[in-house]
Amino acid sequence: MLNRISTYFYLRPRLVLALLLLPPLIWFLVVYIGSLITLLINSFFSLDSFTGQVVREFTLKTYAKLFEPSNLQIFGRTTLMAALVTLACALLAFPLSYYMARFASRRVKTFLYLAVTLPLWSSYVVRVYSWKLILAQEGIVSWFANLLHLDGILAWYLALPVVGGPSLSISYTGIFLVFVYIWLPYMIIPIQTALERVPKSLIEASGDLGAKPSQTFWNVILPLAFPGVIAGSIFTFSLTLGDFIVPQLFGSSAYTIGRAVLAFQGTSNNIPLAAAFTMGPILIMIVYLLIARRLGAFDAL
Amino acid sequence: MSEKTAIEFRNVTRLFSVRHKDFSGEVRAVDDVSLKINDGEFFSLLGPSGSGKTTSLRMIAGFDRPTSGQILLYGQEVSDLPPYERDVNTVFQDYALFPHMTVGENIAYGLMIKKVARAERLNRVDETLDLVRLTGFADRKPGQLSGGQRQRVALARALINHPRVLLLDEPLGALDLKLRQQMQVELKTIQQRVGITFIFVTHDQEEALTMSDRIAVFNSGKVEQIGSPAEIYERPQTPFVAGFVGVSNLISGDVAKRITGSEERFTIRPEKIHLASADGEVEGDLFFANGRVRDVVYLGLYTRYLVELEGGGDLVVVEKNINSTSMDVMKVKGQQTRLSWKKEHINRLGD
Repeated sequence: MLNRISTYFYLRPRLVLALLLLPPLIWFLVVYIGSLITLLINSFFSLDSFTGQVVREFTLKTYAKLFEPSNLQIFGRTTLMAALVTLACALLAFPLSYYMARFASRRVKTFLYLAVTLPLWSSYVVRVYSWKLILAQEGIVSWFANLLHLDGILAWYLALPVVGGPSLSISYTGIFLVFVYIWLPYMIIPIQTALERVPKSLIEASGDLGAKPSQTFWNVILPLAFPGVIAGSIFTFSLTLGDFIVPQLFGSSAYTIGRAVLAFQGTSNNIPLAAAFTMGPILIMIVYLLIARRLGAFDAL
Repeated sequence: MSEKTAIEFRNVTRLFSVRHKDFSGEVRAVDDVSLKINDGEFFSLLGPSGSGKTTSLRMIAGFDRPTSGQILLYGQEVSDLPPYERDVNTVFQDYALFPHMTVGENIAYGLMIKKVARAERLNRVDETLDLVRLTGFADRKPGQLSGGQRQRVALARALINHPRVLLLDEPLGALDLKLRQQMQVELKTIQQRVGITFIFVTHDQEEALTMSDRIAVFNSGKVEQIGSPAEIYERPQTPFVAGFVGVSNLISGDVAKRITGSEERFTIRPEKIHLASADGEVEGDLFFANGRVRDVVYLGLYTRYLVELEGGGDLVVVEKNINSTSMDVMKVKGQQTRLSWKKEHINRLGD
């Protein structure tokens, strides 16, 4: 009996494939695409400012609100932060990934792999709060600065416009540091994987043809590892765009996209505006991916 | 061909430390090797895997450095020079073509690094593509090429730089037999046309015999013999060379004494031995041995016989199937036979 079932399926590989794909496909269509479409539809509704009720009629009024200066600022601020965090993550991740992929012994590599992914095992909120302690006015950083008699420099830095603030734990610098910390593993792993896939003989061939190590890096290693950098940056960039906890905890009253969505949706029940706001990051990501494709990020895939 | 020396090894040794659960310690990948390769020569490093031939090649290229000893390139000591400062180029076993560049960009890579003007670069790429018979392939990506074509691109990418020495690391290993034989002829033709010293690593003795001016036979890190293909094949100096290059019968001790009257070891090639019926006539300047045919393998063009000698020892005999069919040769199995060969065909190895 079991044999006959096996034979039945063996002779119908397409049926097996369909059965295997059905659950993820349903999940994907209903949960992913479905909620996105709901979001899209909601963004074309509007809020009656008098009654506070959602008006279920097609309108572009809500989108027009996005172009008010204060909202444009939110987009600008968040995108700039995401870009800086991505850049910093890439710069920090590349050397470590390079070492892991090319030089580290098996044992050291395993250790580093664990060290990089270990923070992901613990709760995001706990880790973010612990940074609050590190950066607070009476926290570890200022304690250490006092110890080294660098408190003057810290005070001078905090007095700077934009990057400064009452303390590191309430400043754009704080937001930036925490973002770089929590997203760094998402950058290291793809870059390391990409670098590992560059055959050693290609690097030798480049040197053999007269290229100095720096030339080999720019002409061979970086182009071949670039898809990894892009993959990592998709994580860091989009995660930063949408995050609302870190800016909430470490920010001043200035909103980011995530905080704005939370506020419109939760506090003021303005679901249409929250939905329209959410379309922002999606659009930004599409533009980002198009630029990445232009740069040849997917050529080697 | 001038007699200038292109490459010289002076007592070159390369140790690798190995840490493994079964074995820890130092492995002598290349063990006190001294050799000279002449300018313009097609020189093969032949040996089984792990014999040190590839490590030797990598030390010439600069990917690896000798633990002790010196490597000279046209009289200049290069042991401590990085690859990019040596006037040698390599054709890699896996071709190592840059996947993100076109064929043209791959070939022009060396010139691009040397900052040769674009117009000249394009000219030379076209020239070199002609040389390897890939005219018009400049805009393809390596991924769109067959194995044989990639092989040619790798060759072109190295040759365009006019290196003084070209290193080839088992470049034909991944090709099928027909293509390999065709490339052997082509490589030799190209080498004669450009006049560059070729150093060719292979484990395929036939390939080495076909193409080389001279061959160095490697075994466990040491050079067993250096010589022309004919010398290596007909006058192997060690049992290893005799066994590795072609098939050889090694005879020693009592068996040797019964045949030649001396205990001195000698080798005899299977194709030099004549198989005759046990009661055949004895004539001429020949050595003899009697035995029984234990096994017969029909190989189409040839038949291989395994003959058990009277008084111990086996001999392999190969005969062409000129007048016999597979039916005929099978009948010989189990029969008594008399083997004979010309005295001058044995190769004495000493004791």
